Amino acid sequence: MSRLNPINKKARKVEQMIVAASGDVEALQKKSKANPGRIYYPMGCTLNFTPGWEVDNSGGTAGLCQPVERDLFDCYLGCGWPAQVPDHLNNAPDWTDKCAAATNDWRNVDIVFP
Amino acid sequence: MSAVADVMPSVAYRPAEAHAFRAADAEFLYLVPSGAIFRMEGLGKEIVDRLRQSEMLRGEILAYFSNRGHDPDEIDATIDELDQAEVLTSERSKPPAPVVPLQSFPLQRVVLNVTNQCNLACTYCYEYSADRIAQQDGKPKYMSADVAESAVEMLIKESAGREGLHVTFFGGETLLNFPVMRSTVEYARRRVAELGKRIEFSLTTNATLLTEEIVDFLSEHRIGVTVSIDGDQELNDKMRVFHDGRGSYSVIAPKIKDLLKRHRTNSIGARVTLTSQVSDVKRIYRHLTTELGFDSVGFSPATASPDRLYHIGSQKMDNILDSFAELAWEYRDYAVAGRQHGFTNVSDTLKELNAGTNKAYPCGAGVGLLGVGTAGDVSLCHRFVDSPVGKMGHVKDGGVNHQARGEFLSTHHIGARYDCHTCWARPVCSGGCFHEAYIHYGETSAANLHYCDWIRGWNDLCLQILGEISVRNPSFLERFDN
Repeated sequence: MSRLNPINKKARKVEQMIVAASGDVEALQKKSKANPGRIYYPMGCTLNFTPGWEVDNSGGTAGLCQPVERDLFDCYLGCGWPAQVPDHLNNAPDWTDKCAAATNDWRNVDIVFP
Repeated sequence: MSAVADVMPSVAYRPAEAHAFRAADAEFLYLVPSGAIFRMEGLGKEIVDRLRQSEMLRGEILAYFSNRGHDPDEIDATIDELDQAEVLTSERSKPPAPVVPLQSFPLQRVVLNVTNQCNLACTYCYEYSADRIAQQDGKPKYMSADVAESAVEMLIKESAGREGLHVTFFGGETLLNFPVMRSTVEYARRRVAELGKRIEFSLTTNATLLTEEIVDFLSEHRIGVTVSIDGDQELNDKMRVFHDGRGSYSVIAPKIKDLLKRHRTNSIGARVTLTSQVSDVKRIYRHLTTELGFDSVGFSPATASPDRLYHIGSQKMDNILDSFAELAWEYRDYAVAGRQHGFTNVSDTLKELNAGTNKAYPCGAGVGLLGVGTAGDVSLCHRFVDSPVGKMGHVKDGGVNHQARGEFLSTHHIGARYDCHTCWARPVCSGGCFHEAYIHYGETSAANLHYCDWIRGWNDLCLQILGEISVRNPSFLERFDN
């Protein structure tokens, strides 16, 4: 939604165009409520340069200091940034179909082969 | 801070071209040329109000409103949105979009003047009055079925991918040639059925020749009817008379009642021609709706040279606008209450304003619509049939003359009507009727400057009505969305 109040069809089209043109990677632009003025990053986001959920020193994910599943939906759904999780929009829309609650069902989230 | 502000803090902004109006205690902007309408409130309204006094640099706007307690990020985002919506303009606003020449314009409607004869002799008629432009010497009085069928074939051929086609029957008095109208409807129905297209029909008539058989036919084929009538007996009979001078009202009133009673399959509207003697809009509307039973009534001033007695002078036009306004506010009251009102001048304008129409041409003439005369000559529209102006081919001899049509469209585009370039009403008016211009100025391409105040007054009124409905009963506007 924009700050405009369209009242005819043309104005609604103009508004849609503006919203579409300004659409961006929303997750990385959200303002943090806890720290006003600062941008909200998903926890464990690769942009934070934390040892996130790439791979551990053995090439797997078991030894990471943060579990891969923690940010599953932040990255998979909310963030359009190219991250090391399958993307929800185009390539893996049903990746988490068997994972109703990440804390319980994270083992059902499988590897995706492109 | 947005990227724009960081890079270009010294861009100067001012309000873009728009018509501001108030309704229901709110302020609105009708943007030109887009035709978009926004309700202005909050910071956006404050910014536009401030910039009306003088243009300001982006940095100045930020400082001005920050000092008044607004969040800088919010100011930034608001300026960006106002800029993108073209509420504001700046030296770095987008360059105007290139004009795309019309490459293909599939035909949607033909108007068949099935006869140039009429059993009435209305004083103001543009086909017979002193202002007539048609030259009917050597043309048949009645269109033959063969010519009418060729016109249908031309419509089908020129309609390209269009699914829905339309044929309007016109005259003269159309029903003087009812046999050809009937055979053409049947022919056209058969042809479009073969092609999987749809077709609709409409008819304009003075109602004097309506019979039970004709009404049944109109009803069976769902033919939309426009009845020319100017009000009650006293008003109608001032101009709408037979050749011997008798008024037509007493003949048509019972026939119209019968038509309205038995033909329920399509709309039947009344079309009133206003003149200096017949201009009591409310009285006419009341009579036609409550006495005769019409659901919809449209009014139009007679096209006439200024020296005709029945021509409506500018003083009288102002009075007519006042009486239009009175009836239009009644429409507003009905709309707010969710009821339908039959004053079609309002509903037609609201439909265009709601869509945000931005026209390159004032009407469909020459674009999606062409007129056909009794001999098969194709012309700009029904008003130019058989005149030396606006000729665009022949239904049997090659159909539409695309070169003539293309030349007409390139010289009559709104871009070529320079008088209109500073007018806020140009998205809906686009210079006005080609025929009106020709009668008044001798040039189809002239802008109808004698109507400018009227057009702006009328559109301002309808914008106020639209604004008020949008506040008090917004769901009413949904009926204009399709």
